[in-house]
Amino acid sequence: MHEMGIVMQIIKIAVASIPDDLKNAQIKRVNLKVGKLSAVVPESLYFCFQIAAQDTPLSDAELNIEEIPLKIRCTDCNVEWIASEPVFLCRKCNGTSVEMLSGRELDITSIEIVDKDN
Amino acid sequence: MLEIKYKNQRYYHHKDPRKPHHSHNGGGGSVSGKNTDTREIKIVRKVLDVNDTIAHQNRELFREKGVFVINVMSSPGSGKTAILVKTLSHITQKIRCAVIVGDICTSNDADRLSGFGAPVAQVNTDAFGGDCHLAAHVIKTAADNFNLDEIDLLIIENLGNLVCPAEFDMGENLRIVVLSVTEGEDKPLKYPLMFRVCDAALLNKIDLLPYLDYDRETAVQNILKVNPPMPVFEISAKTEDGFDSWIEWLMQKLHG
Repeated sequence: MHEMGIVMQIIKIAVASIPDDLKNAQIKRVNLKVGKLSAVVPESLYFCFQIAAQDTPLSDAELNIEEIPLKIRCTDCNVEWIASEPVFLCRKCNGTSVEMLSGRELDITSIEIVDKDN
Repeated sequence: MLEIKYKNQRYYHHKDPRKPHHSHNGGGGSVSGKNTDTREIKIVRKVLDVNDTIAHQNRELFREKGVFVINVMSSPGSGKTAILVKTLSHITQKIRCAVIVGDICTSNDADRLSGFGAPVAQVNTDAFGGDCHLAAHVIKTAADNFNLDEIDLLIIENLGNLVCPAEFDMGENLRIVVLSVTEGEDKPLKYPLMFRVCDAALLNKIDLLPYLDYDRETAVQNILKVNPPMPVFEISAKTEDGFDSWIEWLMQKLHG
């Protein structure tokens, strides 16, 4: 629902990350990590990106999303697992002391650029 | 810190050359051999870090001013405003409160929350493009309406939405999620992030239970599957059942 705002932010960060010495750079790809538990739908990000990237240095860019699984660890018995459901109970001891190791990411990891001047 | 990676060679934009270089991680970003000019620039930045930075500033400001902040979230129609009306009527004699209420349109909720001696600021997000959530910068602006030196508890009533508000820190101390018994028992499993990021759940409208095929035990169990230590208060904003426990808990947190 809020993916357009997220995409605008991605574009802002990507453009600001073009090095100063590459003024005429075109961004070809933006690499993102999106956690399984984040409140973001990758399909909506792709859709919004197509619209929002127009008339920016990302107009030809592709959005590459790496989905990060929900990984949980039990702090009592140290077992780790990848959860297919959002259940935060230890699958071994049924304990409630668990921590989330991954799954909340909403990170831009890199951009790939082509310098038109080269 | 930036790392620029060429197809066949790499150099680094480190401010401090003694620091270790980033790992060589294509991350799905491998490039075609024909595009020898393509370079990968590592960024590793949270997309919402601008919001998080402002949220951090808000949190510092509220801490400095001694203002305790709660963020109340739920789907539309679960009874947030009714709960806050009753909560204000219980606590404004003892606690200096203020309310920021977010909606896409109308000041209906602000009208309902007025009259308890607590100043109310209505945020309409249609001015922000019809946003489906409140964000840190909106709270920063809205808080300017109040003299924070004269407030103990700032209540933020978020927009009705179980998805987006969960992603946006605003600098609050506590997050409260409201679930009503007219919604499905499986909502916590369908919207896990919301129930995961909150500190307490209010199961509202329990006065309607005799008229519904609602399994309250399953609903509570589902909340606890997503967030095992979370306190769940079963309440009715209509009859005020359960309000003593909820308000006692809130006051403990406020004074703790």
